[in-house]
Amino acid sequence: MIARILAVFHARNLEFVRDRGTLSWNIMFPVIVLFGLNFVFSTGERNQFKIGILTDNEVVNEIDHPFMDIRYINKIQIVDQDAGLESVRRHKLDMLVDLDDPVVRYWINEESPTGYIVEKILLQSSTDEFIKGVVQGKNIRYVEWLLPGVLGMNLMFGCLFGVGYVIVRYRKSGFLKRLKATPLRAIEFIIAQVLSRLILAISMAIFIYVGASFILETRMEGSYFTLLLVGILGATSLISLGLLIASRVSSEELAGGLLNLMTWPMMVLSGVFFSLEGSPQWIQTFANIFPLTHTLTAARAVMIDGATILEISYELSVLVATSIIFMIAGALLFKWQSD
Amino acid sequence: MPNILEVKDLKKEYPGVKAVDGISFSVKKGTCFGLLGPNGAGKTTAIEIIEGITASDGGSILYKNRPIGRDFHKETGIQFQATALQDFLTVKETLQLFHKLYPNPSNFDEIVEECSLKNLLSRDNRKLSGGQRQRLLVAIALVNQPELLFMDEPTTGLDPQARRNFWNMVEKIKLRNTTLILTTHYMEEADFLCDEIAIMDKGKIIAYGEPKQLIAQHFKEVVLELPEDEVKNHALNIPMEYEFKFGYLEIYTHDIPTALNLLKEQNIPLDKLKIRPFNLEDLFLKLTGSELRS
Repeated sequence: MIARILAVFHARNLEFVRDRGTLSWNIMFPVIVLFGLNFVFSTGERNQFKIGILTDNEVVNEIDHPFMDIRYINKIQIVDQDAGLESVRRHKLDMLVDLDDPVVRYWINEESPTGYIVEKILLQSSTDEFIKGVVQGKNIRYVEWLLPGVLGMNLMFGCLFGVGYVIVRYRKSGFLKRLKATPLRAIEFIIAQVLSRLILAISMAIFIYVGASFILETRMEGSYFTLLLVGILGATSLISLGLLIASRVSSEELAGGLLNLMTWPMMVLSGVFFSLEGSPQWIQTFANIFPLTHTLTAARAVMIDGATILEISYELSVLVATSIIFMIAGALLFKWQSD
Repeated sequence: MPNILEVKDLKKEYPGVKAVDGISFSVKKGTCFGLLGPNGAGKTTAIEIIEGITASDGGSILYKNRPIGRDFHKETGIQFQATALQDFLTVKETLQLFHKLYPNPSNFDEIVEECSLKNLLSRDNRKLSGGQRQRLLVAIALVNQPELLFMDEPTTGLDPQARRNFWNMVEKIKLRNTTLILTTHYMEEADFLCDEIAIMDKGKIIAYGEPKQLIAQHFKEVVLELPEDEVKNHALNIPMEYEFKFGYLEIYTHDIPTALNLLKEQNIPLDKLKIRPFNLEDLFLKLTGSELRS
């Protein structure tokens, strides 16, 4: 069994690495996306201060305080104090301020230059008594938030389309039918395909990650081993999903449609480019059906927050479970030949 | 000689067509069995049912007197009519892939030698000619030292020289005591390679036996062939069975001297005359219709 898996694994690897066009595109595409988006968003720095107003009052502008009259400051209602402080810690807000009480309380990030400036503005705005709070936390640049998304997106496309199209092409051309006439079993073929694509996808992800983190100087708060584990489990789940989708299809057009049906919702809802924070709860719940959502949540937790394996154990468990389910379903439904 | 394969009342129906309509035959160990028929006769469907690639709608198949089991694929080799191979792999890598899929593969170098692939080992699959590709497909089918080898229209599309080379290779395979089941619509090929044949048409077997016996059974005469141009200006008066076929006048007789005298009397030039026995092509045309259906 192992010899057969290794034989198919080796042949598929050779086929992939010798297909220069596909290989180049698999590397170039995420690099272009990463640098392109970084350029677009880093040059469009916000030119307003962003202050969180801690209040239950639904209409923020109705709060009666001189600070509210100062122009060119974007004031956002914050209901949950902890969430507001987390935003200050992450430099998403320059300051959090509670104007409802006679004694004004405010919090700034000590490492934020804009926090320092808005503090001065606040203190100048009235003669009230102020209580200062301080949080700490490094600024998270967009590119640092984006990098896991782009790596995940590349994994998703590589795993779903890479595996899905190859299986459909093999089936359509009769190569699978030829393999059926050997002692090779469906599960062996599937394991070989998963392993082959996994090694290739992870190798490329590492290559892109190392290059991007070197050039863009992105942060890595957690362990590289944990991140690798997230990548491996995420890729395995996505590859297995690709195999499941391609398990019976003989038409490349239909396969393309089905794969697009899976990839585009993931692109939009799994948080590749933008966070779903603030979107309706049902959308956030729905997004949890996608393996990519859990992959990106876990990867960002490791890279940005330094999460440990234990802290992302829920996401890892979901990825393991979906991998097993998709792979078994793919093997059971697998068809060697066209109708 | 014992039978290695027995097929009884095999059936397969697709919507609106009976692709295989209750065929039965047996194949003796160490022989070459030919399944002949026009395109669409049901040969490939029949052979793929036997190979276990397609499910049947009825009938039974016994391999070595037992229903086909899991070991069947370990003991048989298959060359499909149309098989794509993996892109970007060389001939050697492709053979190695299949070589590793079997528990007791044959000697790699011997297969390479037998199928004349030595000079092609480093060539990309995509750059093989039709004949070279067919030789590789046969080599793949031989990697597990099969006792029974299926070949489905192996020489379709090959030029005459490549076809002849292919036949020579098959002759060598026959010497290994490997049983061959071959489908073809080239009668010359069946004549050259097969010990026994079954002719299929519209899903049924319409003739079955040794080629020479079948010809003797259906034809008692020989054929005198003259180009149609040689006789078109003559009023033919030949009290024998004759017909014009594919640009030739064909006279069927067992009395050659009388036929020749008749032609001479009518001043028909005989320098382009050919006299030949009936062959499988004639039998095939007689049994399946005057023209090959495409």
